[in-house]
Amino acid sequence: MIATARAILRKDLLLEWRTKESVPAMTLFTLTVYVLFHFGLDRDALDGALASGVLWVTLLLASVIGVSRLFGAEREQGGIVGLLLAPVDRTALWVAKAAGLFLMLVLVELVAIPAFGLLLLGPGLGGALPELLAILVLGNLGIAAVGALVAALAAETRAHELIVPLLLLPLLVPVLISCAQATEPLLRQDAAAEELGRWLALLSLYDVVFVLLSVAVFDFLLED
Amino acid sequence: MYSKGLVPLAVASVVTIAAAMALIFFYAPLDADQGFIQKIFYVHVPMAIVALGGFVAGGIMAIKHLRSGDRSWDLRSYVAIHMSIILGVGVLITGAIWAKASWGHWWVWDEPVLVSFLVVFLLYCVYYPLRFSIEDPERQARYSSVFAIAAGAFVPLNFMAVRLAEAYTHPRVLSQTGGSLPGDMRLTFLVSIVAMTLLFVTLWKLELTAKHASLALKKLKRRLDARVAA
Repeated sequence: MIATARAILRKDLLLEWRTKESVPAMTLFTLTVYVLFHFGLDRDALDGALASGVLWVTLLLASVIGVSRLFGAEREQGGIVGLLLAPVDRTALWVAKAAGLFLMLVLVELVAIPAFGLLLLGPGLGGALPELLAILVLGNLGIAAVGALVAALAAETRAHELIVPLLLLPLLVPVLISCAQATEPLLRQDAAAEELGRWLALLSLYDVVFVLLSVAVFDFLLED
Repeated sequence: MYSKGLVPLAVASVVTIAAAMALIFFYAPLDADQGFIQKIFYVHVPMAIVALGGFVAGGIMAIKHLRSGDRSWDLRSYVAIHMSIILGVGVLITGAIWAKASWGHWWVWDEPVLVSFLVVFLLYCVYYPLRFSIEDPERQARYSSVFAIAAGAFVPLNFMAVRLAEAYTHPRVLSQTGGSLPGDMRLTFLVSIVAMTLLFVTLWKLELTAKHASLALKKLKRRLDARVAA
């Protein structure tokens, strides 16, 4: 199963590398949303709850693009039939898609978070980095697990581009709550980690539940 | 097939609803604090509990569908979620009325149960566009079931997250509805819950019967058309 997942992941990454479709679009999107927030809130520098809210809402919205493109190549080029006909475990497909989404989110955040620090954030990012990294890893994991499931659910519907955001965003509300709450004290003027353990625990619980759930139900999607 | 026991069930729900109404208006005491408006509690809370129960039941029926491959379980799950969404509209409206009367605002964000319910409601509303944008009936049933299971698992997680978030910013001294109800209020509340559950089951069965009948009718029509064509 691992080998299959690796092969599919390799194919997806190669495709992304050659077409440069999702990651640049998502990155560009985050920068645009920062500009929107700057004008919408009419603020030059954010801190605390506002900063962490803007950061996480932007990342979640950008992830919508990644999720709707996750089966994009397969849908447009008909490659989905090839995947479906291949006698491989569906779980491998989910693992590959979730891992691909996770990597795409990491790449986007490599640009989006420093850019946030430069453009909108009042206090410096430096001190908060280790904690922020832990939150990002767990948050990305949750987005990737749910994102791969939602992408598969929406892949064979007619109103695909409509279903993905409507389905993904409510499902990610617990991720938003825990990530934004955990990040909030880190982005204050007097940065300090507060209640970090509780939010990371909730985030881990969410991740575990949705990873297990996706593995359990993914066999029933993309079956025929 | 689904209509078995529908009449006694309907009679039972009418009787318990009448009993619940009588208890609400003539037996349960006026709340010392909120007065008459508190009586909406006997409608709002049972409705919310039954709606959430319906969502979870829809998830369990979906598991049964995926395990057995029997599509009638998908129909059951669909109707359960459908009924719960209708009740959900009622929950949000009665909740807003209650909030306006007791807190002065139509909507309060620091009431975790209300906020979680809204998130769950918004998620389940996507069930319809998802289900009806898949044409193949067999695939429609499977995808809907996967949605129902994922959303069913999401309900408790979401309640936890929202409650934690609100508890963090707004410490709650006393929960509004939980805790210790006086005896006569508790009896009224329990009868209201039973009445709401019976109403839900009756409507669920009725809708199932109607859906089943229209499916059977469609099948017959198709056979008739084939006969006429031949």
